[in-house]
Amino acid sequence: MKTFVIDPDKCTGCRDCEMVCSLYHEKVVNPSRSRITIIRDPLDGIELPIICMQCDEPVCVLVCPVNAIYENEHGAKIIDYTKCMGCRTCVISCPIGGALIDPVSGKTIKCDLCDGEPRCVKFCSTKAIEYLDVSIANQRIKRNTIERYLRALKSGRV
Amino acid sequence: MVLNRKVAFIDLSKGKVVTRDIPLELRKKHLGGRGLNWYYIYNNVSPDVKPFDPENLFVVGAGLLTGMPMLGTGRTQISTKSPMTNGVGDANMGGAFGPEMRYSGFDHLVIRGRAEKPVYLFLSDGEVEIRDAKHLWGLDTHETQRAIKEEIGDERVESMVIGKAGEKRVYFANVMNGNKNAGGRGGTGAVMGSKNLKAIACRGLIDLEVSDPEKFMEYALQMNEQVLSTKWAKTLSRLGTPLLYDVSYTTGFIGTKNWQYNTPGSEGEPLEAENLQKYMIKHVACMGCSVHCRHRVKIDRGKYAGVVAEGPEYTMMGSFGTLVGCYDWDFVIKGNDECNKWGIDNLSLGAVISWAFELYQREILTEKDVGFRLQWGDQDAVLELARMIVNREGIGDILANGFIEASKKFGEGSEYYAIHVKGHPDLHTDERGVPSFALGIATSTRGADHLRSRPAIDLFQLPEDFLEKLIGYKIKSDFTAYETKGILVWWFELYFNIVDSLGVCKFQSTFNCPHCPQYDEYIPLLKYTTGMKFSKEELMQIGERNYTMERMFNILNGMGKKDDYPPARFFEEANPRGLPFMKGRKLDREKYEEMLAEYYRQHGWNDDGIPTDETLSKLEIGMPEKNFPEVE
Repeated sequence: MKTFVIDPDKCTGCRDCEMVCSLYHEKVVNPSRSRITIIRDPLDGIELPIICMQCDEPVCVLVCPVNAIYENEHGAKIIDYTKCMGCRTCVISCPIGGALIDPVSGKTIKCDLCDGEPRCVKFCSTKAIEYLDVSIANQRIKRNTIERYLRALKSGRV
Repeated sequence: MVLNRKVAFIDLSKGKVVTRDIPLELRKKHLGGRGLNWYYIYNNVSPDVKPFDPENLFVVGAGLLTGMPMLGTGRTQISTKSPMTNGVGDANMGGAFGPEMRYSGFDHLVIRGRAEKPVYLFLSDGEVEIRDAKHLWGLDTHETQRAIKEEIGDERVESMVIGKAGEKRVYFANVMNGNKNAGGRGGTGAVMGSKNLKAIACRGLIDLEVSDPEKFMEYALQMNEQVLSTKWAKTLSRLGTPLLYDVSYTTGFIGTKNWQYNTPGSEGEPLEAENLQKYMIKHVACMGCSVHCRHRVKIDRGKYAGVVAEGPEYTMMGSFGTLVGCYDWDFVIKGNDECNKWGIDNLSLGAVISWAFELYQREILTEKDVGFRLQWGDQDAVLELARMIVNREGIGDILANGFIEASKKFGEGSEYYAIHVKGHPDLHTDERGVPSFALGIATSTRGADHLRSRPAIDLFQLPEDFLEKLIGYKIKSDFTAYETKGILVWWFELYFNIVDSLGVCKFQSTFNCPHCPQYDEYIPLLKYTTGMKFSKEELMQIGERNYTMERMFNILNGMGKKDDYPPARFFEEANPRGLPFMKGRKLDREKYEEMLAEYYRQHGWNDDGIPTDETLSKLEIGMPEKNFPEVE
């Protein structure tokens, strides 16, 4: 079992992930059509990656009135577009903003894990987003936390 | 398609806009970005037009590869006739403006005229709207961007804006995007201000189609990995451009107390790159960049506590550092943040301020002229003089007009101490000991500058067979040599033009690292994105064409061989400090002349540095022909 590990401290705001996501899924470069979103404000110092975490008990699956979302062999929750009627219930109810609306096609879209090899992860040079086996992920999350603490200690801010 | 972005011709006097397709023929001849920008200016700005005349053009361009997930392609090119040089005024800006401009449907904006009242442009999905900017006039560059985002109601809006310096037409005012991305050089911000144009904002949803998405994705990743595998990128990722400081101050090629010394020696130790790390919050990057060469920093305590900023870059370590005898990171960070908010080229500002300090030391300027004393290392004096320049107060009003006009005002031999070429201040590098660097700043079309041809790899003394393979000519490995360095500078002038025309970041090119991607890698990139096929020779020919067009613009505006010399001081005074191979070195006039002649020959220019008819016809450059469309 694998999961995303996201560390906003490592996100530089380069948005290679957004560009390559749209390239993989839509065959065009258009960050606004990406499944991963970087909430970014260089003036306030914010770079925060947002992506579907492929929940264990996904709200999107529960609320979908036409049962259009299924799980594939990689654990990705996939939208079946033969069923999806674009009611946006999943978009509204997802607590982490994992489902969104493609502003060009109007379709409801979400991360499908690129057939088990998320392209955003491949292009992320700082490892701000990783896709790891959960046992490794647990260790990585703890390490990220302790590194943050050590950095703060070193800078004298704690 | 990548190629279906448009050019908007915008007349601010009439408040009218015409959009046009960019013909494929122009792409084949100039690519995009810097190349196409100068195609429009060369043809439409005649020598009688002064920089602040409404007839001057202000041109914004995205590179042909801008806005792609590789090689730091978040670049934007801003070009105009410069108030500092009366010739080529040209700046390349990082950040995210260029990509968003492309997504909004445009690759180039050709702007002329002067709005009656302050305005800003909003580009969105193929449309250009001219909006009132009265409420933005007077705001700093950060406040302006926030206000525009709020007004449009979309946090993904990107804007390039001017601050106080641009509004006041300080000759070296710049254009800013984000926290610290600057279209820094050439005085582009002053021209924007002269047009009453406070900002250009954009937001777009138009797909950037690439001709082979699969291959492109694979190759883009390979390109990023190639860059990241180099020692250069690894160090740059950690330390940013301040890494250059440790090399330059220990060796002895960093201008100090204006250019009286070539290193501060051990006094400069506090500014070592590693000492910036303790201010760091995190690393940030331009769009499309996997290297992330900049720091987000915070000052926790002391006089400037509370400042949160991005950068600073190596330029600022001279400007508010060695050039003025201040060796304090707090001050460099603080000064950098102020410059970013004022919208002023920190490099030029620092050079002008340190010049004033030396004039004060030599009693050409006095306390009466300035209003206070200019003592080396006095941070308050530096900051106050900077503020006066930005606001054009007192002596600041004279200094705001740059070296050429100010030295005429001051007289008394003050011009000798002004380190510039063509009126354009030099980076605080001291080029006395490195002939190829000296030639590069001298022949640069925008005046003294380190980003137009600097063959930084010359310092590595690479094996000559390696250099021959890279450059295609026999090049001397010895960086103190003059012979063959004319060819080296020529090669880098063409190459950097291509880099700027593609919208690739120079730090991910063969600038400081011979193993970064160059022509051979650009060929597949262009094929997979635009579908266009180029050979290396064809790309070099485009570089030569674009470069020669800029040269011709300068020639038509009265420049020539006389403007192709480094500052006189570099010939007269030997380096007083530094390691044995730097100490005692100065430029040799006779050898310099030979190097310059070799450089002219390589370009196909005559002995006076004017492109020959044969060269012009080979490059298909004619006399300027106006082609700004009717906008009635």
